[in-house]
Amino acid sequence: MTTDVTMRPRLELLQPDAVDRVVGEALQLLVEPGVKVASQDAADLLAGAGAQLAGSTVRIPERVVRDALATVPRTFDDREGHAAVRYGAGAVHFDPGSCGVKVLDPETLDRRPSTADDLVRIVKVAEMLPAYAAQSPAVICSDVPAEIGDLYRLFLVLLHSNKPVVTGSFQASGTKAMIGLLAVDAGGPEALASRPRAVFDVCPSPPLSWTEFGASNLIDLARARVPAEIVSMPLAGGAAPVTLVGSIVQHAAECLSGIAIHQLAEPGAPIVWGGAPAILDMRTGSTPMGAVETAMLNAGCAQVGRSLGLPTHGYLGGSDAKIVDAQSGLETGIAAVIGVLAGIDLVSGAGMLDLLLCQSAEKLVIDAEVIGMAQRLGRGVEASGSTLALSTFAELVGGDFLGLDETRRLFRREQFLPSPVIDRQSDEAWRQAGGLDTFARARQRAAQLVDDYRVPTIDPAVRSDLVERVRGLAEDVGLATLPGT
Amino acid sequence: MADGLFEAMRRSVEEGDVAAAEATARTAVDEGLDPLEAIESGYVPGLSCVGEGFASGELYLPDMVLAAKAMKAAMSVLEPEMKRRGATRSVVGKVVLGTVKGDIHEIGKNLVGTMLSASGFEVHDLGVDVPLDRFADVAGEVGADIVGVSALLTTTMTNQRAVIDTLTSRGLRPTVKVIVGGAPVTQAWADEIGADGYSEDAVGAVTLARRLVGA
Repeated sequence: MTTDVTMRPRLELLQPDAVDRVVGEALQLLVEPGVKVASQDAADLLAGAGAQLAGSTVRIPERVVRDALATVPRTFDDREGHAAVRYGAGAVHFDPGSCGVKVLDPETLDRRPSTADDLVRIVKVAEMLPAYAAQSPAVICSDVPAEIGDLYRLFLVLLHSNKPVVTGSFQASGTKAMIGLLAVDAGGPEALASRPRAVFDVCPSPPLSWTEFGASNLIDLARARVPAEIVSMPLAGGAAPVTLVGSIVQHAAECLSGIAIHQLAEPGAPIVWGGAPAILDMRTGSTPMGAVETAMLNAGCAQVGRSLGLPTHGYLGGSDAKIVDAQSGLETGIAAVIGVLAGIDLVSGAGMLDLLLCQSAEKLVIDAEVIGMAQRLGRGVEASGSTLALSTFAELVGGDFLGLDETRRLFRREQFLPSPVIDRQSDEAWRQAGGLDTFARARQRAAQLVDDYRVPTIDPAVRSDLVERVRGLAEDVGLATLPGT
Repeated sequence: MADGLFEAMRRSVEEGDVAAAEATARTAVDEGLDPLEAIESGYVPGLSCVGEGFASGELYLPDMVLAAKAMKAAMSVLEPEMKRRGATRSVVGKVVLGTVKGDIHEIGKNLVGTMLSASGFEVHDLGVDVPLDRFADVAGEVGADIVGVSALLTTTMTNQRAVIDTLTSRGLRPTVKVIVGGAPVTQAWADEIGADGYSEDAVGAVTLARRLVGA
C-alpha cells in the first residue's frame, strides 16, 4: 500500500477567502455592468430565468447562476473504456495545443502554413506518446476550404486516433456536422451522450461578452449533451484588468455567465471551467503564452473553478519562441510544473510555438518529457511500507541497493524514466552517439514514433460512414479529394 | 513664463497625466497663448520623447497609450480656440487608417494614428474590422496621401493585399501610398503585395509616412 508521507505538492495562489471574493465580485459584474449576449436565444433563456435585458446587455442575478451551478456535473469521463480524460477527478491531463496555422519544418526550421498531412503527422506523434491523454485538432489544414476546416480536422483526428479529442468549431454548421461525425464514431447520438469522446471549446469575447456564435454554440452543445469547455481569455492589461486577480475575476464572470446559458439550455449537460487567460505583453502588444504570469492566471482561474466543484481546464505549455530552443524549453517547463501543481484537469497547449501560431511535432516530443517530470513532481514523495527506510536497511547486504528487490519493484514509480530525448549519458557516449542537441534528438524520436505508429482499428462501417459524410461536405465546397486520409 | 508652461505641457504628456494636460491647455487659452505654439512647443515634444522612449525599449505600451490620451485631451481644449482664431495646423499629409476586415486588433493601429496626428498628419481612423471597399471610399473622399492597413492575424493579413487591389481598381494608386503593419507583417510581405512601406513600430511609421509624402 502506498501512503503519502508528505503533502502532495499543490499550488494555491489564492487564500480561501480570496477565492470567495473573486466569486463574489464576478457575480456582481454579471449584474453591473452585466454581460453582452448577442444571441437572442441565449438572452431569452436568461430572461426566462429572471435576468434583466437592456438592449444586448443582460444582467444576471446571483440566483440564476447558483441554480445553474447546482445542475453542472462535477465529474465526467471522456470515452469510458478507452484512454480517458477524467474531468474533476484530481488528475492532470495534457493535450496538444490546437489551431496552429503553421508548422515548424523539422529540417529547414521554416514556419510554413500547415496542411492536412501535417495534422496527421502531429496526431500520430501525439497518439504514440502516453503523456498526451487526449488529442486536439492541432493545426489548421490550409489545403482544405475554410468552410469545412473545423469538421475536417476532427475527421482526421477520428480516423487516426483512439484518444479523446479536445476540439472546437468555427461556425454553427460546423458544430452540427461535427456532432454528427462524433455520433457516427460513438455508435449513435445516445452513445455519444453517454460516452462523449470530444469536448468543444467555446469562447466568450473579453470583456464580458458572448457573440451570437459563441452563445448559440453553448446551447447546441448542451442540447446534444456533448461537453462544452468555456475558454475564457482575459488578456490582462489589454482586454481585462492588468492585475492578475482582476483578470481572474473577469474570467470567473465570463465562465459563470456561460454556465448559466448552458445549464438553462439543458440542465445537467457537462461543461468545463476552462480558459486561455494570458497577459498582454507591454512592449509588443502580443499575448505571451510562455509568460509566468500567464501560467499564474491559469492556476488562479482553475483554483476558482475547483472551489465551485467544477471540472477545470487551462492553456499552458505553449512557448513564444519561434524555434525549439532554450526559451521554448524553459517556458514550457515552468508552465507544465505550474499546471500540474495547480491541479488543472486538462492542460492544452503542448507543442505550440510563436504565440500559439505554430505547432511542432518535435516540440510535442520534448514536451512529453517535461510533462512526465511535472507529473512526477505532482505525485510528491511517497512511502511504500510501514517504515520509511528501516526495512530497506534490514534487507541490505553490503551496499547493494541496486540489487534489492525493493529497488526493482519501485524504481519505475519512484522515478520518471525519460526517453533518450533527455540526455544523461557521459560526454564520451554523447559524442559517439553523434553529439546531437535536444532538437536533433527530438527529430529522431518523432520520426521513429511516426514509423512505429499503427492506425487504430476502426469498424469499417464506421470508417466508411465518416468518409462518405465528409466526402459529401467536401464536394459541396469543391474539394474533390480528401487530403490526409 | 511660457517656458514654464511648455515644460508642464511636455511633462503632462510624458507622464500620461490627462488632467494636467487639460489644465495646461486651459491655462494657455486663458493667457492668450497661440494654441499652435502650445502644441508644437509644449505637447508634441512630450509625445516625441515618449515615442523615442518606446522605440528604445525604456517605455512600454501603457506609457504610449496614456501619453496619447493626454495629448488628445489637450487638443480637445485647444481645438475650439484654434477654430476661433481661424488658425489651422499645417497638414503634413492625409492618412486613412484602419484594421482590415475580420480583424479587431487596434492597439498598434491606434498608436500609429496618435503618433501620426501628433506629427502633423490629418488622420482618418476607420476603426477595426473595416470592409475592404471602405479604405478606398474614404481615401477618395478626403483625398488621402496615405492609406495605412493594419492586420494582426496571419489569416487577415491577406486582406491587406485586397485593400491594395481595391485602390488600384479605383484608379487611386498613382496618388495614394499604402503602408502596412501588424505583428505578422514583414518587409517581404509588404514588397510581395506591392505596398509602399512597412514599419515595425509607431515611431518608424511616422518616419516612413514623412518620407512617403516628401516632408
